[in-house]
Amino acid sequence: MASSSALENGDRPHLLAPLRHLGALGFALFWMLAASGIYLYIRFDTSVAGAYDSIGELEWWFGGVLRSLHRYAADAFVVVVALHLVRELLAGRFRGFRAFSWISGVPLVWLLYASGIVGTWLVWDARAQFSAQATAEWMLALGIGAEPMARNFLGAEQISDRLFSLFVFLHIGLPLALLAGMWVHVLRLGRPATVAPRALALGLLGMLLALALLHPVASGARWDPAVVPQALQTDWFVLFLHPLMYATSPAFLWLAVGGATAALAALPWLARRPAAPVARVDPANCNGCGRCVADCPYEAVILVGKRARVFEERCAACGICAGACPSATPFRSVAELASGIDLPDLTVDELRRRMQGALPAGEVLFSCEGARAGGIVLRCLAMLPPSFVEYALRHGARRVRAVGCREGECAWRIGLELAAERFAGTREPHLRPNVVYAKQGDAYEFSLR
Amino acid sequence: MKRALQIAAQLALYVPLMALIGYFSTEPRFSTLGPDEALLRLSFIHAAERKEPCRERSAEELAKLAPNMRAALDCPRERAMLLVELEVDGQLALRREVPPAGVQRDGNATVYHRLPLAAGRHRIVARLRDRPGEDFNFVGETTLELAPGAALLIDFSKAKGGFLFRT
Repeated sequence: MASSSALENGDRPHLLAPLRHLGALGFALFWMLAASGIYLYIRFDTSVAGAYDSIGELEWWFGGVLRSLHRYAADAFVVVVALHLVRELLAGRFRGFRAFSWISGVPLVWLLYASGIVGTWLVWDARAQFSAQATAEWMLALGIGAEPMARNFLGAEQISDRLFSLFVFLHIGLPLALLAGMWVHVLRLGRPATVAPRALALGLLGMLLALALLHPVASGARWDPAVVPQALQTDWFVLFLHPLMYATSPAFLWLAVGGATAALAALPWLARRPAAPVARVDPANCNGCGRCVADCPYEAVILVGKRARVFEERCAACGICAGACPSATPFRSVAELASGIDLPDLTVDELRRRMQGALPAGEVLFSCEGARAGGIVLRCLAMLPPSFVEYALRHGARRVRAVGCREGECAWRIGLELAAERFAGTREPHLRPNVVYAKQGDAYEFSLR
Repeated sequence: MKRALQIAAQLALYVPLMALIGYFSTEPRFSTLGPDEALLRLSFIHAAERKEPCRERSAEELAKLAPNMRAALDCPRERAMLLVELEVDGQLALRREVPPAGVQRDGNATVYHRLPLAAGRHRIVARLRDRPGEDFNFVGETTLELAPGAALLIDFSKAKGGFLFRT
């Protein structure tokens, strides 16, 4: 029987594939913005007199395309972040062990918008004038500061090169703060998905380049304090807050934005649910190998000396750590199978008893909760120690099948990858060479060689 | 075949996204004013006069103070509220009392008011009282033609003689 790696199936075409990589696509867009921004900064004249012209002088076939790419990548970033937020919200991935990632994501929305809005000002055209004045009037409603920001944009005499240098500083500093925030955002994730699949990232880049060529970004009229910019070609992705403010009031916008921010930040507490019992370490059976530490998708397990330790608030109770433990082998001749790390409400001993109860059998099926395929149900496919497969085959099962979630839809982020690597023999604990398998769709079928 | 399917699946998602971004990055157009409107902005920062005038300390009062605190004048820090009025074509458009900034009420007072006006000819009068009392001590007026989309700024500088009208 031919064996194949599950990873080969990861790149099969699927219409919704980008929706499964929104976070990674956000990172890809950040790097596109950084790369195009560096060139634009080299060509940019950071002075009131020269800024507008320096952008107008960009050659259309390179600088102009990069400028358009920069702008459209910012818009795409907003779209991707919005989809990412809504997807995680609808999937309920904001409470419990995910609260840290959720809460640390909330300020990123502010930083993203602040970076985009300040970037608009650098062009120093009518759109910049509109945005800067609208932002200043919004800040004025807070009543903070001895000299309101709105005074800075009233006339040519108030605008100096020093103010312009501040804009440039902000447009570099805010994205750097955003990047730092993105790092914190994924800090509690094992194997964070910060690199988008190549096909997706190249597809996105190609789409943005095509848009830049077909619909190049153009500056509006030069900033003129004597007129109020009218019939503006507003970027609704980045600047939608300004029209919203003029349609309501600065105070309303503060309440709406502040309220939305507070609601998002408080969501993990507002929608709290009882959590499943977290993983528990049995010091007598833990040899400090560190496999559970390496495999935990949420960085919830660390090694203290030669013993694993679980951070309860980070633990997802997915059982992947139990599947990684070398003590969790059913071949051990003990009455009660005790693993070095285990789930209190679904122990490996319980799994062994269920398996033994099913043997001998034509087929033993292991499946994860998300697959809803029946058989011996695990929290995650990666909760299954590979030795269970060999045990079943050696004790009367004609075949063993294991079914996981659909590719890219693992409830615990990386369970499918870990299981695939263990079955393929590239990750401990792995299948012994005398067991071969074939993968069809989301199911593995095992047999003895 | 698999490659072609991959490309088709990506195009199916990216083409609508491209259209979405391409359209909403510039359209629909937005105006803060109506087609026949101009904008008047009254904006200035000004430190009003003290609420209570300075008074000279008596020799007896000075003697009670520590040697390093014996300033001849006792000047209460609090400044008066500004009273601002704006009249457009004989109609009162704004009347606002503006407190000085600061815990001790001894800082600048800040005025910013945005008023869309119909384009055309207008007589505009701005008044300011920056001291205790009833009367306005600064008045500025002008009659001017405002084109649609024009911006009129009314600033104030005591050093430059009062209200400044800039278009």
